[in-house]
Amino acid sequence: MRILPYILARMLHAIPVLVGVTIFAFLAVKFVPGDPVRIMTHGRMSDQEVEVIYHKLGMDRPWIVQYVGFVAGAAVGDLGQSIIQNQPVSRLVAEKVWPTLSLLLISAIVSVVIALPLSLVACFYRNRLPDHVIRLGSMIGFAMPSFWIGIMLILTLGVWAKLFPISGLGHGFIDRIHHLLLPSFTIAFLLVPILVQSLRASMLDVLASEYIEVARAKGLSEWRILTKHVLRNALIPVITVLAVNISWLVSGAVVVEYVFGLPGLGSLLVRSVGYRDYPIIQGLSLVFAVIVVVVNLLADLCYGLLDARVLKE
Amino acid sequence: MVDRSHSASASLLEVEDLRVEFVSSRGTLVANRNISFSVAAGETLGIVGESGSGKSVLCRAILRLLPSPPAQQTAKRIAFLGRDLMQLSERQMQEVRGQDIGMVFQNPMTSLNPVWTVGDQISEGLRIHKGLGHSEARRAAVRLLRQVGIPSPEIRVDDYPYRWSGGMIQRAVIAMAMAGSPKLLLADEPTTALDVTIQDQILSLLMELQRATHMSLVLVSHDMGVIAETSDRLMVLYAGQIVEIGRTREIFENPAHPYTEGLLRSIPNVGDKERQLTPIRGQPPDLARLEDGCPFAPRCRHVSADCWTADLQLAEVGDGHMTACLHPERIRLSKTLVDVEQ
Amino acid sequence: MATEALGSTRNVATAIAAEIMSWNLSLKVGSAIMMAIALIGIFAPWIAPYDPFAQDFEAVLVPPELNHLFGTDNLGRDIFSRVIYGARVDLTIGVITTYVPMTYGVVLGAFCGYIGGKFDMIVMRILDVAMAFPFLVLIIVILAILGPGVQNIYISVFLVAWTMYARLARAEMLVERGKDYVLAAQVLGYPRSRIVFRHALPNVMNSSIVFSMSDFVLNILLVSGLSFLGLGIQPPIPEWGSMIAEGKEFMLQAWWVCTLPGLAIVITGTALSLIGDGLAKRLGERHHTLV
Repeated sequence: MRILPYILARMLHAIPVLVGVTIFAFLAVKFVPGDPVRIMTHGRMSDQEVEVIYHKLGMDRPWIVQYVGFVAGAAVGDLGQSIIQNQPVSRLVAEKVWPTLSLLLISAIVSVVIALPLSLVACFYRNRLPDHVIRLGSMIGFAMPSFWIGIMLILTLGVWAKLFPISGLGHGFIDRIHHLLLPSFTIAFLLVPILVQSLRASMLDVLASEYIEVARAKGLSEWRILTKHVLRNALIPVITVLAVNISWLVSGAVVVEYVFGLPGLGSLLVRSVGYRDYPIIQGLSLVFAVIVVVVNLLADLCYGLLDARVLKE
Repeated sequence: MVDRSHSASASLLEVEDLRVEFVSSRGTLVANRNISFSVAAGETLGIVGESGSGKSVLCRAILRLLPSPPAQQTAKRIAFLGRDLMQLSERQMQEVRGQDIGMVFQNPMTSLNPVWTVGDQISEGLRIHKGLGHSEARRAAVRLLRQVGIPSPEIRVDDYPYRWSGGMIQRAVIAMAMAGSPKLLLADEPTTALDVTIQDQILSLLMELQRATHMSLVLVSHDMGVIAETSDRLMVLYAGQIVEIGRTREIFENPAHPYTEGLLRSIPNVGDKERQLTPIRGQPPDLARLEDGCPFAPRCRHVSADCWTADLQLAEVGDGHMTACLHPERIRLSKTLVDVEQ
Repeated sequence: MATEALGSTRNVATAIAAEIMSWNLSLKVGSAIMMAIALIGIFAPWIAPYDPFAQDFEAVLVPPELNHLFGTDNLGRDIFSRVIYGARVDLTIGVITTYVPMTYGVVLGAFCGYIGGKFDMIVMRILDVAMAFPFLVLIIVILAILGPGVQNIYISVFLVAWTMYARLARAEMLVERGKDYVLAAQVLGYPRSRIVFRHALPNVMNSSIVFSMSDFVLNILLVSGLSFLGLGIQPPIPEWGSMIAEGKEFMLQAWWVCTLPGLAIVITGTALSLIGDGLAKRLGERHHTLV
């Protein structure tokens, strides 16, 4: 019963953030130096045609009115119309949201799968050579730019070794996953170092607990202690770590989609910037922010539930 | 230096010349030195001392649980049922832990893993060492919970620790330690973190279990009252060394070391309206900077010049009663004086 | 750190030498590498064998060899020289995008933590909103509005990057605020700004300093990423990220064009992380060096 007020409190907290996000998304386009419509149409329209477009977009009304219209529209899923592609922004978003979400999900899974054994080893051999090697490897991996890794992976595993397809999304469930693996590995280079460091730190924390000493007194082997006791306890904060870093995950996804030609929100953003398609840019910034806020909210809720049941001491 | 406080033939555990040091950048701290004693089958040995006397380190040293980089443990031997524990590999020690020797820790609230059920933790040892299957293990856990007095064990066995009170958790911890039917149970201040009323219950439980299984019990406490109630024999630790050892009754009636005397005098007596509490003046010594001579000398009421330089040995003052004091007779003397005064 | 000895420079030099000797391995190795890279960048005109802009159509897409250590690109430009000159660009941008926001970010965070109340609440709300957008997305959006180029990168980073520092400094200030020396200064009647700047601030900077190393890495990756996407440094200025973008088209025939500048980024980034790791250990606190 104490959970309900907690959920409400977190959601209440998210609302001003969402409001701020919409304000920013709305205002951003207003700051384009020069005339956004003329820029979008590359100056190829007469003044009168531009006026008509302005009126159609409702951009000649006072800002407050426009803002309300913007938010009201967004709430029901109308994010405006792309001038250049002549389609509703929301349709474009709907088409491209699944590839992005799948990429994010598979990247998260791949990263956790790689990070877990690495952090176990780092913990088991703490402060000895394997630990230092893993730490150094993490630093090197983190310093590699995603677009560069993407290119390297395409060259090595895609072209020379012919193990993975090098672009596009493929057809069918299994094929899709196959196409998403190389991009996921690319994002993993960024995420695994963060996860390993976080996991290692929380594992070391758990190892210092008294119940671990009790477990040793029971005659359990160090390996069993690590895998059965430490791991389970240390995994709990992973959800939070992933959620907090969703921002980086998404940033990585934007670049990776571009490199691998995946038809997702990220490549849509990049292309729209090139075409100066402001409605899309505006809509996308809103969508991305909402994704981040929602993921953080879910993580807060998850953690709150777990906390009540398990971590209360 | 062998403990001759009782016949060696019935010894379950024999510790000979144990020394534990902690090496750090700031110097070497000697937590235990010259520790030699034995425990017979079926008896309770109480270990009493203040914080920093080395009693917790001693328990862990017996099970070789001290982490090896900072801690350095040496002993002539630690014989348990004939095997020298100091010679065993880590794998072999793991077999001994939980199965032959069990341990109960001080703080129940942090002794259990919060994300495992109580039952799983109790039966884990059985599953690992005796290869019990899932349902067998669960039944064993229920049985053990019943043995330690947990009501409705069939339901409680699936509980998570956060729902339980300190006393209940400590019972569960005892059940966990008893799971492997150990012949020796080490209890490191098992009641210190509990309310007084619960303390009593837990102590009775331990005594009852001991009677039922005929196991030996080593009970560590800073509370002389607890020791008096439970222990057959008693060992007093000060600054990492044994200063007195012998039968509990004997020591209470005739303490042979000024520190023991001080401890006994500082027990408040409810019926005694007139006597002021007499604490032991001074502070325990810094274990990183121990000097020659008796470590208690700075605080001793009966100290003399030779106490500061003598090399300490345990000497017999009665049947199975040994002391490290050079002048135990002074204690008896002062006691008679007090009797005379009254 | 190094004590300022009045008088002979020899005292200062020995003090500095002693300080460096006491550093741990990560700090030493990382600093040494960064020093080398910085020097390479500074002395680029003397070290680089070729003019980074000079095109040579006789030597297009030449693989690495004695004359061209890193090979040449599709316009015959020597990659080795371009990578060396690229160090100037990337390091300069890295320093500016990291340390400028750090200054006002830390100050803002410290004030928020110290003053609390409405000011704190408003700033924190703004911070929450800013952090709701994925960093790269935010920068891209701002660049879309303002147009590409270094100046606009600076503007967009300055608008956004202060948030993490503000958060870190505020958290530390909340702890410092309760300490006795702050109380003493308050009792003495010192104005708030003095207390924050002269007394508390130096003590709340630790986690920000450690984080600045990861931020440096991330900013270099950001700039090169933006240049790769065509939104950052425009060709023909040599910048590691745009070089990788240029080389992408030829990656099958001439792997060296995009591989080697990437290595430069990796080495620089690793050195910075090593410094961050070493700093964290040195400053004695438990930090997350990666984000």
